[in-house]
Amino acid sequence: MGEFKVHRVRFFDYMPAAIRAMAFNRRTERLALARADGALEIFNFADNYFQEKVIPGQDGRAVEALCWVGRRLFSAGLNGEITEYDLENLRPRYTVEAYGGPIWTISGNDQGTLLAVGCEDGTVKMFEVLEDRIQFQRNLDRQKGRIISLCWHPSASLIAIQLGPELLAQSSSEVVVWSIAFLSDHTIISGDSAGKVQIWDGLTGTLARTHLVTKWDVLALSVSQDESSLVAGTSEGTVVQFQFLSSTLDGQNKDWVRTRTFKNHSHDVRALVHTETAVVSGGMDTQLVVRPLLDKVEKNTQESAMRKMAFPHRSLVCCAKKAGLLLFQFPDHLELWRLGESDGHGDLPVKRKPEKLIQLKRKGEDHICCSALSPCGGWLAYSTVTSFRLYRLQNNTISITKVSKLPKDLRSAHQLCFSTDSSRLFASSINSSVVVVALNQPECKYLHTLKPKSGSREPVHLLFASEDGKWLATANTACEVQVYNLDKIKLHCTVPVYGSCPTAIAIHPTSSNLVVVHADQQIFEYSLVQKEYTEWSRRLQKQGLHSLWLERDTPITHVTFNPKHPAHIILHDMFMFCVIDQSLPLPEAKTRLFNQMILRSLPEPMRILHRHAFKMCKTFQNLMCVRLLEDHSLVVVERPLLDIMSQLPAPVRQKRFAT
Amino acid sequence: MAALYEGYTLCGLAPAQNQSNSGVLGVEAERDSDHVVVTDSTRSVTLYKVSDQKPLSSWTVKQGQTLTCSAVYNPQTKEYVAVSDGKVIRIWKQEHLLLDQAFKATVSADVWRVHCVAGGEPVVLFKRGAVRLLDALLSAPQQPIEEVLAQEESIRWSTNIVTESQQFAIFTTEQKGDHFLYLQRLNPNTLQRYRLEREEPGLSPLSFSASYRDKHIRLLYLYPNGHVYQSVVSERGLVTDEGGQAFPLPRSLLLSLPVGEGLLEAASAQALDEAHIAVVGVPHPSAGSGKDFLCIWNTNFQTLQAGKEIAGKIYGQLWSFWNKLFIPHGKTLSVIPYECPKSSLASALGKMRQVKTEGELEQICSTATTFDTAPVEEVQREVDLLLSRTDIQDLQPSLGQLASTLVSRTLQDPAFYTPSSLAQLVHTRCLCHSVCPDLVLLALERKDYFLCQLCLQFFPDIPEAITCACLKAFISLEPDGVSFMETLIARERGPDGLLNGFSPTSAAEYRSDGLGGGGTRAQQDEEMTSPPPEQICPVGLHKAVLLNEVLQTAYSDSFLLPHLKDLSSQQVVLFLQYLQFLYLKYSQDAFPQTHGLRSPSLSQILDWVCVLLDAHFTVLVMTPEAKGLLVNLHSFVKSQVRLVSELGKIEGSLQELNKMTAKKDVGQYSIEIIELF
Repeated sequence: MGEFKVHRVRFFDYMPAAIRAMAFNRRTERLALARADGALEIFNFADNYFQEKVIPGQDGRAVEALCWVGRRLFSAGLNGEITEYDLENLRPRYTVEAYGGPIWTISGNDQGTLLAVGCEDGTVKMFEVLEDRIQFQRNLDRQKGRIISLCWHPSASLIAIQLGPELLAQSSSEVVVWSIAFLSDHTIISGDSAGKVQIWDGLTGTLARTHLVTKWDVLALSVSQDESSLVAGTSEGTVVQFQFLSSTLDGQNKDWVRTRTFKNHSHDVRALVHTETAVVSGGMDTQLVVRPLLDKVEKNTQESAMRKMAFPHRSLVCCAKKAGLLLFQFPDHLELWRLGESDGHGDLPVKRKPEKLIQLKRKGEDHICCSALSPCGGWLAYSTVTSFRLYRLQNNTISITKVSKLPKDLRSAHQLCFSTDSSRLFASSINSSVVVVALNQPECKYLHTLKPKSGSREPVHLLFASEDGKWLATANTACEVQVYNLDKIKLHCTVPVYGSCPTAIAIHPTSSNLVVVHADQQIFEYSLVQKEYTEWSRRLQKQGLHSLWLERDTPITHVTFNPKHPAHIILHDMFMFCVIDQSLPLPEAKTRLFNQMILRSLPEPMRILHRHAFKMCKTFQNLMCVRLLEDHSLVVVERPLLDIMSQLPAPVRQKRFAT
Repeated sequence: MAALYEGYTLCGLAPAQNQSNSGVLGVEAERDSDHVVVTDSTRSVTLYKVSDQKPLSSWTVKQGQTLTCSAVYNPQTKEYVAVSDGKVIRIWKQEHLLLDQAFKATVSADVWRVHCVAGGEPVVLFKRGAVRLLDALLSAPQQPIEEVLAQEESIRWSTNIVTESQQFAIFTTEQKGDHFLYLQRLNPNTLQRYRLEREEPGLSPLSFSASYRDKHIRLLYLYPNGHVYQSVVSERGLVTDEGGQAFPLPRSLLLSLPVGEGLLEAASAQALDEAHIAVVGVPHPSAGSGKDFLCIWNTNFQTLQAGKEIAGKIYGQLWSFWNKLFIPHGKTLSVIPYECPKSSLASALGKMRQVKTEGELEQICSTATTFDTAPVEEVQREVDLLLSRTDIQDLQPSLGQLASTLVSRTLQDPAFYTPSSLAQLVHTRCLCHSVCPDLVLLALERKDYFLCQLCLQFFPDIPEAITCACLKAFISLEPDGVSFMETLIARERGPDGLLNGFSPTSAAEYRSDGLGGGGTRAQQDEEMTSPPPEQICPVGLHKAVLLNEVLQTAYSDSFLLPHLKDLSSQQVVLFLQYLQFLYLKYSQDAFPQTHGLRSPSLSQILDWVCVLLDAHFTVLVMTPEAKGLLVNLHSFVKSQVRLVSELGKIEGSLQELNKMTAKKDVGQYSIEIIELF
């Protein structure tokens, strides 16, 4: 099939921030996760754990605790503020000052009517949850130390309010109770800095049982909804499970028994969620781990596989394929790199080393939420939740000029995309709309706003402008894929909505077929001309994708095409990149999906017999980006997890041999 | 498996000056498993709490008085009973501090013992054999006591057993070298007298122990020659013969303990449960002739289960209460806890077989009796009949019994031999060497090499000595012997196709070498001079088949080695030649095993070469005929070692290669070419 010249890039120093807090919404199956830099992420556990939304962080916003109230998400942090988020426009909706110093914990009652926050000054403040805001209701009696953790009794609302003050655990000079849980039978469970998980009788205030689980701190606790299982996260990176079990056969005399220990983290486990079937943990080592409990899921299924989510499910790299430039997005700056060059063919010594051309620091407090580089390398744009900036680049002289006059419709964007000829900039805006601006020297001009007919308010997270400049495809987190005709400036069609969120979209340069890959790993090809699924797509759906393809646990984050071979679709996830040759037969269930090694060992005529459409390459790992340049060479950006690990602080405990 | 645990000292002893007497008159059970009453042979009775190794109370009779019988505890009244100076019965409770203030009664005859066990009343046994219940005696202490024993008859041992319905006083007596057992039933009183079978002249039982199980009283007794007998008397007993005639007491030999040098002197055997006995004062079978051991034997399997060396002099006294053994030795009385879990071979093998129905067992028994007398043809017919049964595997124990009956008859009767029946029995795979230990040697003796072959093939437990005897017999087979065997094989070949496979590709090729390739000098010399010995099999086909069978038996080096030394140097040289031939053959052929059904593996051959060289190294070095062989072996081994070292080098280089491919460092940026197919 052919050779690729590959620029293997490992100089993108992407460093995810530590996980600080998590909250799981059992009704919508969404996990909200807060990182140390203030960024929030929403994972859809019902859709293959897809990271569907990211709200960028802000300097000075340290989220210490998260809490869902219905579909509304609240956070509280050491800045002393309670923030509610606008999950449709991916930004904070409003912020309320609690006036109690730094807030360590926030918790809503089960009825969704009250929020309690625990403050540094020892007060618990109750806020009433109103339709469009929250309102301070009252203070509970001030305690001596800071309120680190609090928890509501799950029972009826009247009792819960009355019981509120009893539920408090507070710091003392020796031992800090980092986390507590309150069960419906008035059992209180605490995890503390002495490494103990203690079970108390909440009615009498007596200690019922102590489990010493670690030499360091127990930082997080989470109880399953049926209150039969409890997990505790420790500074060692372990998660210890306790179960409410009977020691006798007749089921009497139940007790909390330590049952399992999971070690999936190298550092502190700061946040824990016990879902129905799994333990979700995160902490200092930045990875989100979903560890299914094997007594709750069917064994040897995809559901029973452990998942580690290390990278964002969207691209932080932009590639100017005509200019051979790479743009790396960090929360507080952008880096523009020029790729190196090599002499001709063979074993390819690097003739010219890659060069960092520009490091652009963002302005303001808000972190960068999206960025884009035009294919020609002449334009650079980025956006935060409050501002939008566009720059003109002169590559020969390495100069950067800010475009000062921007149309006022272009204030903020969720996603940015340049047209192939670099004459248009598309920016996804509020209510799934897309703002189109024309880029002319030396200014830019607002052209129009494209709006879907569905009236969806969900944010557009994917944008793709076709090579010929005729089409613009968008996908939003409501799983809608819209295609606009840019010539006629109107909606061309809406692709039938599929139940899983699109993770990558692309339009074929010659056939104008739209390829959509979803979070559940399904691939669809939709003909924009016929407005129907293509023959190949139907065949693929009829035969079904190979089980190994479906079992991959990272989403496809980018799709592109090879102009030399129109039948080729190039896509990648975190662990492989794949060239799908639509002219070849699809792999059947019994066919070996990863067959490149076998094909390599076979003589040329034999290869034809064993070929199938999915040519998967696992040579490169921990992929942040795979792009095809105009000269048909590939750029792969790897970020080895070991490099990330090496930048973490030293863990409290490391396994050493012979100790 | 029974076990003896770490013992501890209960109290110190003051043995008599001549050291023949431990100073302990008796140890008796008290209220529970943690209390015992120890009576010393002089004046005192002491109550001990066993786990604390501590005396709780002690009572002493006045100076000048002696205790003549060990104190017993009556759990019903919580009283202690002892006898001083033969005739004074003393009864007291724990709260009595001084014995003299307690109740005492003088009776009209000398008391031998007072016995009391839980569930029964205290029983007084007088020296002349009369028995009274204590209560009845005390109601009229001076009542006349009859003489039961004859003149010159005296009690040696006594005990008291309570069954569901009866209470027994049991005692043994000696009269002029004859021993009798008296069984005295109480309420109603009946007496039975049994005569013990005489052991070797001059030997009297050293110890007795009685137990009650399954409505039978079992008497266990140990003789100085190490024989442990058991006699079983029914609880109901025979109708009493008024004439006082002693019935002969049937006995069975339970164990024949090793006695070492001389006879046992101070020893005692105590039944622990139905399958285990504790023996003290008997040598440990694997620790020389010292007699200072406490051992637990399993009488069902005749196996030693646990053993412990006991320091100091052993007095032949042993008591056991509640899983604790009490042994006076040297100057201490020790307590040794033990454990005897119920054991059976079947449970050890993990399969408890169902008990056969009576009818089946009867059939087997009748077959067994047939074997004792019937002619060869009838035996053969019976065996055929038996083996035609479908549940043959379930009859495993019975088959072993049948086979050993056959073997023992054959051993006694030189004219009687049933090779095919035996072969059939062996072929059921239900037998093993331990079941009929004489079978292999019998087959060798009768030159039934086919049967030998079968045994070697099917018995998993042939001892190394027997293996060696077979090897020796096989190597030195004369041609006529082989032909005898050949006819046997021809006859037996039948549907089983039992003739072993043999590695050479064509049997005929090697047969030409002469069937009698035995140990004749001429032939060996010829072999030595023929330059490449590796292509000619030094032994004939059938001999090779038999040797192959030997090579495949299980053995352990250290047990085999001493027996291998019995081989003559010629035999060793021939055997080595054969092994060398096999080894070369195997090294050349890629898969030699495919030629034959049963042929030794390469490692088995090498192991035998090693053990043979070990056993006869000096002899071989000195034997001029062996020189060529050894040189050949040496050069061959040398070449193999060189090959292996070369392979090692290759492995090293390949490993390096492997490392090189894995250790490709990428760095921050590189431009590579990949190819997709």
